[in-house]
Amino acid sequence: MMEFLLMLLKTTVVFGIVLTHVAYTTYAERKVIGRAQARMGPMEVGPHGLLQPIADFIKIFFKEDIVPANSEKLIFQIAPIIVLVFTMVNLTVIPFDRNFILADLNLGVLLILAFASLSVYGIILAGWASNSRYSFLGGIRSASQVLSYEIALGLSLAGVVLAAGSLNLKDIVIAQHNTPLGMYAIPQIIGFIVFVIAAFAETNRAPFDLPEAETELVAGYLTEYSAFRYALFFLAEYVAMYIMAFFCALCFLGGWTIPKFLTDIFPILDKVPGILWFAVKVYAFIFLYIWVRATLPRYRFDQLLNIGWKVLIPAGILNLLIVAIVKRFSL
Amino acid sequence: MIYFIFAYFCLSMIGISLIAITRKNPVHSVLWLLLLFLHIAVVYLFLNAEFLAMVQIIVYAGAILVMFLFTVFLLGAKNIPKEKRYTNLWEGRLLVGLALTAIFVAIFSKIKLSFKGIHTIEYIEKTGNVKAVGTVLFNEYALSILMLGIILLIPMIAVVVLAWRKT
Amino acid sequence: MISLEYYLALSAVIFSIGLISILINRNLIVVLISLEVMLAGVNLSLVALSHYMSDIKGQILVLFSIGVAAGSVAVGLSLLIANFNLRKSVDILELSELKEEHVE
Repeated sequence: MMEFLLMLLKTTVVFGIVLTHVAYTTYAERKVIGRAQARMGPMEVGPHGLLQPIADFIKIFFKEDIVPANSEKLIFQIAPIIVLVFTMVNLTVIPFDRNFILADLNLGVLLILAFASLSVYGIILAGWASNSRYSFLGGIRSASQVLSYEIALGLSLAGVVLAAGSLNLKDIVIAQHNTPLGMYAIPQIIGFIVFVIAAFAETNRAPFDLPEAETELVAGYLTEYSAFRYALFFLAEYVAMYIMAFFCALCFLGGWTIPKFLTDIFPILDKVPGILWFAVKVYAFIFLYIWVRATLPRYRFDQLLNIGWKVLIPAGILNLLIVAIVKRFSL
Repeated sequence: MIYFIFAYFCLSMIGISLIAITRKNPVHSVLWLLLLFLHIAVVYLFLNAEFLAMVQIIVYAGAILVMFLFTVFLLGAKNIPKEKRYTNLWEGRLLVGLALTAIFVAIFSKIKLSFKGIHTIEYIEKTGNVKAVGTVLFNEYALSILMLGIILLIPMIAVVVLAWRKT
Repeated sequence: MISLEYYLALSAVIFSIGLISILINRNLIVVLISLEVMLAGVNLSLVALSHYMSDIKGQILVLFSIGVAAGSVAVGLSLLIANFNLRKSVDILELSELKEEHVE
């Protein structure tokens, strides 16, 4: 009974913190993109616009909820819930610190891959259930993009799992801490680049956001959704961004540890709690997401699929081959 | 406690597969099939096969069923009219099928095991399910894995050739 | 502990549901779906036997079964699409003769 309540408390804490971060990431995105475009971003609501997410949230509650006439009512209503639920389940296997994990599974990496491929269903069903040609086309495009880049994601992670020898996320971080450079990003630089590009494509973010760009198919599979359902899709997209950031920080950047040569030079860095280093790495990756969105133009859909199949998969296989050869001859 | 959970899974899997094959709209059939595969993944977890549960979700529920869904969308199959749903002589086929069901259930429940291998639950808990599967798979069945790769390459070519439209 | 008979009986029932559905249905899409149900039943019995016989080879066979099922479903669906492009219907009774124009 006691451990059940403790687990409930931990789950609430994790979900609360991540959802607050998601709300303020929307604010941070508008500010950073505004500054990149030589303007200020939101400044009205609260000091420097800090209460903007709260104002957005209250506005969404008061909007009218429209369900299109000839759509499949049940599937239309379930689709955003499917995407959100299958994306938030991934949060349970992330180790935020040495002793703080919700579910210490021996298959953490596979679970995240499995639920990433299940959340594609919400997108396909949302596009189809809206009973509109443009939504349907946007949904199919988005789904084929996510499915194509899943393979590249899996290949880059296969290099990391092979080097660490386990699928458990804690063991991957501990194995990284024992290497001389402290991170897997530096020896496996090809894998790291493949993972970053695949992470951009998996979450439908720029420069791969053709399915939901406003100049393209209105809003793709999200067109017919209004008010709270749109907020659910939005939430799911930002939580997916955070999952990819967590994943990158754990598998490639060292998680809650810092490289051993840095603690040899500055011994005081050892006293800093691990979750602070984790937060720094995650924030850096989210800033990369926002920075790339402000800077790069988007790809055409056939260019997008070309990159996924013809460039990233050979690069991932090359990375896996290099890791396998290095590990076999114990270099 | 575990009996109640297993009873739920038994009844729900039988119910879901019955619902999946009797829907008029093929998209609903595929969605009920997705639910069946998720239940089967959980029953694999009951049976200490966690790697297989994840592979089932990634491959079956995440790739094969998406392929099904795309095909069903592409066909745009309207609802089938009520009087043309079953083949001719369907009563006879149903009776033969039910008789086969009774024979299968009666035989399968009477199987007695006489062989005990080395991968007991303690062994698998010590080395981890993925490592146990991987050790046997890549040492004894390495050639079969390479052939599985070729077996999966050929349908890729076949699909493009078969569904090619000469427009 | 749940004994082996329950798992095998469950897998037999799921297999038979798929089998009966293949025998009596006229829609080609439902036939392919019930083929998947049959494969699911067989995989379940393989994993259950692998657990109770303490041998990992059952799980390896399930891996191969899932892989080959993926290939077979791909070919089956592309045949379905090719047939639909030709005859504009998914009725299996229209496939029962070999010649092109069929007589009612």
